[in-house]
Amino acid sequence: MNVLVPSALRSYTSVSQVEATGDTLLMLFADLDRRYPGLRFRVVDEQDRLRPNMRIFVNGLGVRDLDHALQPTDFVAIVMALSGG
Amino acid sequence: MNPSSSGLVLLVATRKGAWLFHGDSQRNAWTVDGPHFLGHNISHVQLDPRDGRTLLAAAKTGHLGPTVFRSTDLGQTWKEAHRPPAFEKPSNSLPARAVDHTFWLTPGHTSERDTWYAGTSPQGLFRSEDGGVSWAPLPAVNDDPQFREWMGTVQDGTPDGPKLHSIIVDPRDPAHLLFGMSGGGVHESSDAGRSWSTLIEGMQVVDGFDAASVTFHDPHCVRICPSHPDRLYQQNHCGIYRLDRPATAWQRIGRSMPADVGDIGFPMVVHPHDADTAWVFPMDGTDVWPRTSPAGRPAAYGTRDGGQTWQRLDQGLPQQQAWWTVKRQAMTSDTLPAPALYLGNTSGELWIGHDGGARWACIARHLPEIYAVEVAALR
Repeated sequence: MNVLVPSALRSYTSVSQVEATGDTLLMLFADLDRRYPGLRFRVVDEQDRLRPNMRIFVNGLGVRDLDHALQPTDFVAIVMALSGG
Repeated sequence: MNPSSSGLVLLVATRKGAWLFHGDSQRNAWTVDGPHFLGHNISHVQLDPRDGRTLLAAAKTGHLGPTVFRSTDLGQTWKEAHRPPAFEKPSNSLPARAVDHTFWLTPGHTSERDTWYAGTSPQGLFRSEDGGVSWAPLPAVNDDPQFREWMGTVQDGTPDGPKLHSIIVDPRDPAHLLFGMSGGGVHESSDAGRSWSTLIEGMQVVDGFDAASVTFHDPHCVRICPSHPDRLYQQNHCGIYRLDRPATAWQRIGRSMPADVGDIGFPMVVHPHDADTAWVFPMDGTDVWPRTSPAGRPAAYGTRDGGQTWQRLDQGLPQQQAWWTVKRQAMTSDTLPAPALYLGNTSGELWIGHDGGARWACIARHLPEIYAVEVAALR
């Protein structure tokens, strides 16, 4: 599936959209980390929780549960929360 | 690097990146290299004294999680740690924790090439045995129920989060370790971190709290004297202390500071060659704890007699209306025969205090808020 990557993670991916696979968001991040080592830990903590200032959208809908099931045709966006100054 | 350099480099960690300043032979002119990691919160940058080339930087951003970057070419290129400091998943009933940021980096003993220690927020202790590429938690601290009680929760910590800091490796014995926690006291191990004992006797706590309770102790910065490793100095939330081992009770040596300045502050700096000489940088710890220079007049204070007397060292520093703060990692000394002091402040200024702080001069202005300053000797 296609994954939109925010600018803060381009140092890992070099591009704004990448291909990755996974039956759940957690599995998707495992695959992203295989392809782009280090990326997962910047977004998902060691307790498998989405970090506080990151958000995930699947087909435009916000999701915080990383066990959320995915379909191969889904579009996943990793987004930095709009917060702070 | 400038070929006419002194071989000294200042490693400046800030809220928005890291800078390196290479000094000339007189420590008067400095060549800037940076920013590195622009936009990252850099808590600490350290040079490995065992090779004089390898740098580690503790980083995170406002959104992204924490990591450690490593350079083996003095910052020309950086690689991220394969396994940054991270807590284990809970194996007991204790709440799961996630590292918010790595706060403190300490190179291991000279005999243990590639060993490093890291302290985190919330409080955690980690060790790397491969030069900072991968980090393993020390369960005797991180997952111990007693330690976890002393650590409290994020609510109990400093505004930037509770921290494990001041990781000290005894230069005589790689298995002898110390660290401090804000809050949570001072702790010591003689078996490379497998077991720990507390070291809080004589330390005071905020009025109304029980000094026997480890959790109420807030050491801000603990240093060991390289020239006499049985001597420790400490800047605490409640005063300045000295401990001469094998004694176990800290002596409050800040009582001899001027009453209108007090003995509250963050950094503690020890002389590289003279264990009777040390420096602090007081801050205002009255009423709501402004944590600024007292009366807006920043000054270091130095002692040359182990804390019996203190001398104000403010020549060259602003004499009024300067309300900055020096954080616990942001003041240090070089190791030359006549050492200079260095400090970075919350207003983004980098200063050198020639002749042990007798004459201050500004090296750089307009940097982001400075979190840490280290000075290292290149090879």
